[in-house]
Amino acid sequence: MSSDILLQLDGVAQHYGRGQTAVTALSGVDLTVRAGELVAVMGASGSGKSTLLTIAGGLSTPTSGEVIIEGSWLSTMTPKAIAALRRKTLGFVFQDFNLIPALTAVENVSLPLELDGRKRSRARSAALDALGTVELADRASHFPDDLSGGQQQRVAIARAIVGTRRIILADEPTGALDSITGEVVLRMLRRRVDAGAGGILVTHDARHAAWADRIVFLRDGRIVDESGSRSVDGLLGARP
Amino acid sequence: MSVKQSLLAILQVGPCHGYQLKGEFERRTGSTWPLNAGQIYNTLDRLERDGLVEREPDEDDQQMRYFITSTGRQEVAGWLGSPVLRASTVRDELAIKLAIAVTLPHVDIARVIQVQRSATLGTLQDLTRTKAATDDPETSDELAGLLVIDSLIFSAEAEIRWLDHSETRLARASAAGLAGPLPINREPARRGRPARATTTVDEARS
Repeated sequence: MSSDILLQLDGVAQHYGRGQTAVTALSGVDLTVRAGELVAVMGASGSGKSTLLTIAGGLSTPTSGEVIIEGSWLSTMTPKAIAALRRKTLGFVFQDFNLIPALTAVENVSLPLELDGRKRSRARSAALDALGTVELADRASHFPDDLSGGQQQRVAIARAIVGTRRIILADEPTGALDSITGEVVLRMLRRRVDAGAGGILVTHDARHAAWADRIVFLRDGRIVDESGSRSVDGLLGARP
Repeated sequence: MSVKQSLLAILQVGPCHGYQLKGEFERRTGSTWPLNAGQIYNTLDRLERDGLVEREPDEDDQQMRYFITSTGRQEVAGWLGSPVLRASTVRDELAIKLAIAVTLPHVDIARVIQVQRSATLGTLQDLTRTKAATDDPETSDELAGLLVIDSLIFSAEAEIRWLDHSETRLARASAAGLAGPLPINREPARRGRPARATTTVDEARS
């Protein structure tokens, strides 16, 4: 089963400052995300949710502990190698979509592949595939401004899973959307995960967290409880 | 549950046998609250007694068919036009449990809240899985089923938010050294006046 593990955090801690003014953002966090699994991280603001996500995505280095992305130990890698690994393996989905306004939907999705040195035509073809999985192939040449919020977020999901990328790191991805549109986005995220991706969904909303297979609570930088822990096999059996 | 008005409203669509009404009620409410035959016929008896429905034997005299009367139609219009007033809900059971628990000595309230929140989150996940399996509804019975699931989802979410809120409230009270366990009030009740819930400092500490 260990080959199924896409992302692993092992004893991760993050401290800012030193001595009496030191602040602990994360402490002793263990978290594993397998293929086909969506893990929700819940907690009040300031609980360390977003810090956890940036560390899991290799955007920042923890004070101690290890982050393993698809078998690669980040502590042994140079920043340049981590950036390359990030482009190949994972994508972020943020509340405010973070698409590049001057690029069309398909250009936004193909960008990480092109930055990675893939031929433009191949990158474009992979991007169109990814847009197809979020049912937006017919909007490929639209600019973000011409898309609704929900559509923009689906483009961001496509960008997160384009090419060989299988890890989706989502930070309040439905925060800027109305509840029905938000549900469409979560449904799409769920489908990508069921198709073999893995992801972390950071949210303060239980209704959104409920789309995940497991729910982890973070308080003062520590995981205090886990809910809904069931085998992925059992979950897949429950779904048609 | 407004079984009476629901059955009446369905009869407004067209006359039905009792077993047909059971099927119609269930498919229009996402099969969430199954009815037994006894409930159906007891309800129909009351509706007939109140002049809201009439019954006639089938053409082959085998079964009774029920028809809505004009008074019945008025009843349906009144039902749809007025709010549902909730006298008591299942959630009160939880509010009572937490309210009592907070007054008891040696109770880990945080644990009580956490156990409940985990269970409710599990329910929320189950409901969400059911919803995830239902794609865009195409028929109105599918849409009706989705509305029912949404209603259960929002109720579960509300319960979780209330638990979060209560947890913070209790943590603040505890941090401020307020609201310790409540001892039994041993002061005899006086005639004509309600007993005051006063306690001595010594009692509160014991």
